[in-house]
Amino acid sequence: MTDSSVLVGALNQVGEVDWNPILDSSVFVKQLPVEKLAWMLEKMCLTRYFEEKAEELYTRGLVHGTMHLSIGMEASPVGSIAALEPEDFIIHHHRGHGHTIAKGANIVTMMGEFLGKEPGYCRGRGGSMHIADVSDGNMGATGIVGGGIPIATGIGLALQMRKSPQILLSYFGDGSTNEGAFHEALNMASVWDLPIVFICDNNKYGMSMDFRHSMNVEYISTRAASYGMPGISIDGNDVLTVYQVVSQAIGRARSGKGPTLVENVSYRWRGHSKSDRNLYRTQDEIEDWMNRCPIKRFKQLLLTSQVMREDEIEAIDRAAKQTIDDAAEAAILMPEPTPENMEDEVYAP
Amino acid sequence: MSENTKREITYLEAVREAMVQEMRRNPEVFLIGEDIGVYGGAFGVSKGMLEEFGPERVRETPISEEGIAGAAVGAALMGMRPIMEIMFMDFATLAMDQLVNQAAKMRFMLGGAVSVPMVCRAPAGSGTGAAAQHSQCLEAWFVHTPGIKVVSPSNAYDAKGLLISSIRDNNPVFFIEHKLLYRTKASVPEEVYAIPFGKAKVVREGSDLTLLSYSIMVPRALEAAAKLAEEGIQVEVVDLCSLKPLDTETIVQSVSKTGRVLIVHEAPVTGGFGGELAAVIAESEAFDYLDAPIRRLAGRNIPIPYNRTLERASVPQVEDIEKAARALAREGR
Ligand SMILES: Cc1ncc(C[n+]2csc(CCOP(=O)(O)OP(=O)(O)O)c2C)c(N)n1
Ligand SMILES: [Mg+2]
Repeated sequence: MTDSSVLVGALNQVGEVDWNPILDSSVFVKQLPVEKLAWMLEKMCLTRYFEEKAEELYTRGLVHGTMHLSIGMEASPVGSIAALEPEDFIIHHHRGHGHTIAKGANIVTMMGEFLGKEPGYCRGRGGSMHIADVSDGNMGATGIVGGGIPIATGIGLALQMRKSPQILLSYFGDGSTNEGAFHEALNMASVWDLPIVFICDNNKYGMSMDFRHSMNVEYISTRAASYGMPGISIDGNDVLTVYQVVSQAIGRARSGKGPTLVENVSYRWRGHSKSDRNLYRTQDEIEDWMNRCPIKRFKQLLLTSQVMREDEIEAIDRAAKQTIDDAAEAAILMPEPTPENMEDEVYAP
Repeated sequence: MSENTKREITYLEAVREAMVQEMRRNPEVFLIGEDIGVYGGAFGVSKGMLEEFGPERVRETPISEEGIAGAAVGAALMGMRPIMEIMFMDFATLAMDQLVNQAAKMRFMLGGAVSVPMVCRAPAGSGTGAAAQHSQCLEAWFVHTPGIKVVSPSNAYDAKGLLISSIRDNNPVFFIEHKLLYRTKASVPEEVYAIPFGKAKVVREGSDLTLLSYSIMVPRALEAAAKLAEEGIQVEVVDLCSLKPLDTETIVQSVSKTGRVLIVHEAPVTGGFGGELAAVIAESEAFDYLDAPIRRLAGRNIPIPYNRTLERASVPQVEDIEKAARALAREGR
């Protein structure tokens, strides 16, 4: 693929697809209803505050297990899920708070699960890494890197066999694309034209490994070529670019044209999990990416394009913070589960 | 006793020391796995090793467990002695083909023409709130696979000596570490020493019942035994150390002496290694000496839950061992 054939607004692109032009966000922002924009801002703020609260609760010793924060990566789940219909599905991975919130999770129930409480989404059995809301099409997160990708193919297969109009977004990290599961799953999904959009949240690292040391391609979307699937890499910190591109990929999936691999290039500000001494990267790099904060950028865009006033933006932000504070208080008071009959839960009746 | 033998180090340091000393001694030994370089491994086991041995021999890989295992098998076939690290024992499932169908079978299948001298190290076990996919003890699967040896040390001293033997062994060895043991200390000699496989240890002598165990359950059993001793119940605690090969002689001797046996492990009871131990005892001459049925105390038949209380309730704790041992000591009297 030569540079000249690369779509403006895309960082990389493979496959024979006619993408509609990706409009500059300062133009596109005027084409969306303000409610949609407000929804995006709200979900991004909720995600940020949820995770800041998660950190705080962890520091206060209220969390038993581990957690993986996506602070700095909020645009990818929000921009892509904004393009879904409510009946559609998502399946994601260990760094999945943002996906869960964007899909519409009840924040209190989610916080309850984070704290391992009985009224939590998984009744305290799953924790941060496994929050799911199956009744709302959130098929959950796996702690096995890459483990969710073949399951996505299975969900897509079922949707196709049932001639359903629904589609699925399958999320995973850059590191997971080095698992055999990625290869097997994308190949099958492509061969069968399944209604899936595969979304790689490339945050530059798999734990301590710089993704450039774990693969010899600059863009993960390049890998789509070996499955005969279109692939595209974009600025994953620009929520409206994510929205535009994923919308088109969803269109392909829904019309039976098969899957697309979208790589949302972003960055993880925090350590890999609960603790991390950042020995594998520089402070400069972290700060550089903190300056590209997807939330700040979006707020700025809304303001400069005059689609929202500062007080409207701040009201959304404040309300999100309040929601999270209230949820944490409520979750702390929730009852703990009891261990008596756990054997009864292992098999379906 | 020399100064050296009094040196106390952690289980984690003992594992590292065994690797470091063997790597210094033998250029064919190398470590391969995820995040084992600057990060030092998920639990810090390989901290500092990259600095000493460089990226060639502290070989970081993409997140590709089957690839790691395959690379280890291939290198071992060529006469190298790879130590592969699986970040959590749960992820060994992704490497199962290479470990079970390839590494384990190759020597036999090729009529003895090759050997596969490799070690697969992995931390097992619950207790860290990591939930169902990061907490398992999967030893039974590997014990069930002819061609693989399985060791599961319970303390720093054994960890060092058994790992050195694992590295020197000419077969695939699954070396099971336990996350909750990493910070425990024991006196460990600085010099290189190897502990032979297939030797169990009577770590506490007693006359009323035998408690068979390994890994994290050994320190728990010892704690329970100490409490029971105050009540006048004398528990003999046997640390199996290596599960395959298994020291049936020590087991049979101890059970024949006490006439009662409680088998304790963390993995779920059904299909667990305890069933094999029970069968070994039932088939041996120790059967004639039994004064009570063989008893097992093991993990419940459930995935490990996240919540702290549920997690604790899923696997034997000291108080559970105490209770089960007390009941067995009285049974049939
Ligand atoms: C099969 C498997 N191997 C290793 C791990 C340990 N681990 C958890 S997350 C992670 C990094 C994953 O990187 P990436 O896919 O880029 O996702 P990110 O954490 O960056 O969001 C690793 C190695 C795991 N959970 N599962
Ligand atoms: Mg990553």
